[in-house]
Amino acid sequence: MQPTFSSSRILLPARSWFVIFSLFAALLLNFLPTAHWPGIPDWVALVLCFWSIREPRRAGMGWAFMLGLAMDVADGAVLGQHCLAYLLLSYVAAGQSRRILWFPLSQQALQVLPILLGSQLIQLVMRLLAGGEFPGWSYLIGPLVASTIWVPITFLLLLPQYQPVERDDNRPL
Amino acid sequence: MAGIDHAPPPFFKRGPAPLALLTFYVAISLALFVIDLRLRSVDLVRQSIALVTDPVQRVAQTPGSLVDYAADYLRGLQNLLDENTHLKQAQLRTAPNLLRLEHLESENERLRKLLAVKEREKASGEVAKIMYTSRDPFSRRIVIDKGQQAGIIAGQPAIDEAGIVGQVTRIFPFSAEITLITDKDQAVPVQIVRNGQRSVVFGLGNGDLELRYIPAHADIKEGDLLVTSGLDGIYLPGFPVARIASIERENTYTFARIRCVPIAAVENFGEVLVLAPRQAQPAPPEEVMGRSGNTGVPKKAASK
Repeated sequence: MQPTFSSSRILLPARSWFVIFSLFAALLLNFLPTAHWPGIPDWVALVLCFWSIREPRRAGMGWAFMLGLAMDVADGAVLGQHCLAYLLLSYVAAGQSRRILWFPLSQQALQVLPILLGSQLIQLVMRLLAGGEFPGWSYLIGPLVASTIWVPITFLLLLPQYQPVERDDNRPL
Repeated sequence: MAGIDHAPPPFFKRGPAPLALLTFYVAISLALFVIDLRLRSVDLVRQSIALVTDPVQRVAQTPGSLVDYAADYLRGLQNLLDENTHLKQAQLRTAPNLLRLEHLESENERLRKLLAVKEREKASGEVAKIMYTSRDPFSRRIVIDKGQQAGIIAGQPAIDEAGIVGQVTRIFPFSAEITLITDKDQAVPVQIVRNGQRSVVFGLGNGDLELRYIPAHADIKEGDLLVTSGLDGIYLPGFPVARIASIERENTYTFARIRCVPIAAVENFGEVLVLAPRQAQPAPPEEVMGRSGNTGVPKKAASK
């Protein structure tokens, strides 16, 4: 049997302001003190990956670079560390977007995992080369958690696009 | 001729090719990485970006500090009373020393004058609150709530009520970054109180410190207190740094492996005192400069 693209629903086009808003919200989530807990995903990487796959033309490498710079400064990391990781993440995600979108959501999560893990590994290698201390294997749990919440994140970020074109006051959403 | 070099039709305006963009941005970020690591000359870029991210970070910290505040509030009167009695006792215990401190200092000053030794520097500083630990998992740093506006400059040491916490390494307009003494790149020149032997203590990166370049047969015991020796011109002499936790002496190595634990609450939140920078030290004599090794200063400087 021929595999088919599972989402049969036609979505509204994504709004630019929502893409930007969600990226900033992810940045704010990254700044929260919870970021020190092990297993908390890098929200910026996750949301950037999502939009790079869904809307490669809207959230491109320019955003990846700027968010990376902001993260570097806020983290007190070496400048360029997050930049490079996010850039490559965005590039690979955008390049693979046509292929990944073909899979059902649960398999998309598996497809996204190596991308997120790769961006984390890039940062690890860069800092170890620069003489940083090894932060422990828990550093790599973040991407695993991020890919397990890929389904709810997709639903959440696509929510504005689920709205019907014609407003019906009797319909809740 | 005009017909040949026509531009592509404008319907598919896509900007530069993705690979070209990627190369461009990757080149910039790699250049930033190398410059920041090797030359440290992009601090202005960092400071200007921090002007934007710093307020956002402060906002993001608010829920956490509100929870802390509420917890403090709810913990109630009893805890406060306990703490108060505890503090009073502690004050009483230190009172004899403190009361005589002024007397001792003046006596010390007089004696130093008699001996024609340079006067001891007085410690003064600025109290700052720790806002949060830096998110970077590859290093050990904290961020305090005072920066350039409060006159903080890079290089100042920071202490808490027990001992040395770290050193200011980066400054921003309204905050500053302190590298803890337990960071892998941080070194503090110290002196063992019991016998006055000098050495340098290095951070290990896992919350402990290591005393290096001490010969295996040296007179060192577990529990020895290490204080700053003040030879670096950064830390004032006499502040407690660490206590020796374990010593491994192996015949195969020239030096003993000595693990120390920091005395100050280095990895905890609270308040720190950022000490004012020290007065400039006299330059070391020429022949000293050529020497390598950190086992303390040569005899000439030590006998001053």
